[in-house]
Amino acid sequence: MIRRRCAIAVKNVLEAVHDAMQEEMRRDERVFVLGEDVGRRGGVFLATNGFLDEFGEARVMDTPLAESSIAGVALGAAMHGMRPIAEIQFGDFIWPIFNQIVGEAARVRYGTKGKLSVPMVVRTPHGGGVRGGLYHSQSIEAYFYHTPGLKVVAPATPFDAKGLLKSAIRDDDPVIFLEHKRTYRLVQGEVPDEDYTLPIGKADVKRQGTDVTIVTYGLMVHHCLEAARELEEEGVSCEVVDVRTLRPLDMDTILESVAKTGKALVVHEDNKFGGVGGEIAATISEEGFEFLDGPVTRLAGPEVPAMPYSPLLEDMYMINPAKIAQAIRKLSAY
Amino acid sequence: MATANRSKRQDPSSPLDSETLLEMYRQMVLSRTLDERIWMLNRQGKAAIVASSQGHEAGQIGSVYALQRGKDQFYIYYRDLAVMLTLGMTPEEILLGFMAKAGEPLSGARQFPTHGAYLELGIVNQSNVIATHLPQAVGAALAAKMKGEDYIVIVYFGDGATSAGDTHEALNFASLHKLPVIFFCENNKYATSVPQHKQMAVESIASRAEGYAMPGISIDGCDVVAVYEAVSEAAKRARSGMGPTLIEAMVERFLPHTSDDDDSIYRPKGEIEEARKRDPLKALNLSLTSLGILDAETDKQYLDEARSIVNEATDLAEAAPFPDTSDFMEHVYYS
Ligand SMILES: Cc1ncc(C[n+]2csc(CCOP(=O)(O)OP(=O)(O)O)c2C)c(N)n1
Ligand SMILES: [Mg+2]
Repeated sequence: MIRRRCAIAVKNVLEAVHDAMQEEMRRDERVFVLGEDVGRRGGVFLATNGFLDEFGEARVMDTPLAESSIAGVALGAAMHGMRPIAEIQFGDFIWPIFNQIVGEAARVRYGTKGKLSVPMVVRTPHGGGVRGGLYHSQSIEAYFYHTPGLKVVAPATPFDAKGLLKSAIRDDDPVIFLEHKRTYRLVQGEVPDEDYTLPIGKADVKRQGTDVTIVTYGLMVHHCLEAARELEEEGVSCEVVDVRTLRPLDMDTILESVAKTGKALVVHEDNKFGGVGGEIAATISEEGFEFLDGPVTRLAGPEVPAMPYSPLLEDMYMINPAKIAQAIRKLSAY
Repeated sequence: MATANRSKRQDPSSPLDSETLLEMYRQMVLSRTLDERIWMLNRQGKAAIVASSQGHEAGQIGSVYALQRGKDQFYIYYRDLAVMLTLGMTPEEILLGFMAKAGEPLSGARQFPTHGAYLELGIVNQSNVIATHLPQAVGAALAAKMKGEDYIVIVYFGDGATSAGDTHEALNFASLHKLPVIFFCENNKYATSVPQHKQMAVESIASRAEGYAMPGISIDGCDVVAVYEAVSEAAKRARSGMGPTLIEAMVERFLPHTSDDDDSIYRPKGEIEEARKRDPLKALNLSLTSLGILDAETDKQYLDEARSIVNEATDLAEAAPFPDTSDFMEHVYYS
């Protein structure tokens, strides 16, 4: 048997996102992108760079500056056989689509007893630590992941971003796809050239360990890995579970890890109160109580409604490896 | 058109005396000088981002002069540097914002440069989110009516912002209740990279007013006098209970959308050179010179003065510390 060596290239998250869309658009004529500046500009982050020339204006649509219609039009097209990818330029500007996505898209299948599907993706850059201030830094996941009928994906690496975005595009349900903008150019990794997908709803253990389980997603995966390396030197072995998908949430993988370590720290950049961490922590307590030998702990954004702009203030907001390391030390002392 | 304008200015009944025109010019020189400085600071890595007012100044300055500073309410957006200066913000205050330094008066540097509130100057809650401020401006006008106060409201926004649902809802609400508000659209024909013809099917934004039963006019936003006159007229209507007006000021964007943008990707060659022929600063200089109001010496004096103000402001802002974190958790709630 001839084994075909598959080519692998090092890419950043942005390139992975770009390639996933490009390949899906080549593979399936029903896939198209719409959003502000996605055409000639190629998107403000260049996620759709070159698309206009390759696929033409009909499939690469610069929309009017009106997010509600970006999502609503995508929803309508999705219910009629198309597979739109709607780009919301920044997560901070996503609120006008709430009505169309949370109010409508999420409920279409249930409300029609399965007569209708909504195969659409809403992609948006989210998160802070980029000197973006109040309106270019927001974490938006908690507002969406609350809603049954929606899937919410938040990859951390180029490999995951590509495989999961392809799955999202091929998925028959509406997917909110959150790309942490700090990872776009910062995070590099190996990405195979060949076609592959990754399952939505499956977590990934990014680091094996025995003493403490850290559950996280997005940019924080990288900060947690850094903190874990630091703690290794102090003799604490951390397992880092990247949930990758916030809904459906892969509790099996999380619980398996907690069964091994007995301690769980949940880390996210978003505000703590009502955040994704609350759901993860509650489920660990409910279903993994007998494994625990320390309090399920959350480390999350402070209870202020926005990420401030000025550097010291922003640093105060952001969770970083040092803060994570501190939380691990405290937890591992139990 | 230029001839018509000039003859209007020579008209002794022109609303603007030569002193006021000179003041406006001086303001414009200062705004341009400061704007250029901010770009320089950005390129030096000292100012994280800038959205420029260059090419918009006549619209911004002319409109402020037509209103009552210290009383009327200004709902501005990120491109309105010249509005802020004309309302009385100092270059130092502005630069503190661009460098995110302590003492920044709008938000304590919690927000992007130029965002926040300066209530003493009538600047209310400028957000980064396109068009959210239009319904809010209408609410401010509604409050004036309910309280029986005689301030009026002006709201500034771009051509792209006219696509947002909020904009249409605001226009409808304001007209329905005949509220004292002026909708002032700074049409630079681009929303980031999206040209007007991909943003809307109509050719004139002013024409949208008809759908809301309010007057709409399109004016040369590079002509400070034309702007002054249009806004004065709209203000008269608003103050006398006749309701809102939509003004479309045709302006030019000389620079990329922001310092993060690369406009060479999407702007046709030669377009900016063409736009620069309508430079409001040059236009006002020319017309004041030809009217005999401005001479070369005064012009140079204004520029020198602007440079030294901006130099001093830069030094002060650079020397200022970043705000410390002691009040980080404050002002989430009333108490
Ligand atoms: C609701 C919302 N969507 C998207 C953005 C991102 N964005 C910032 S400025 C801009 C273009 C605005 O164009 P226009 O209204 O014409 O104003 P201009 O910058 O040209 O003065 C966009 C899309 C935003 N700030 N708010
Ligand atoms: Mg514009």
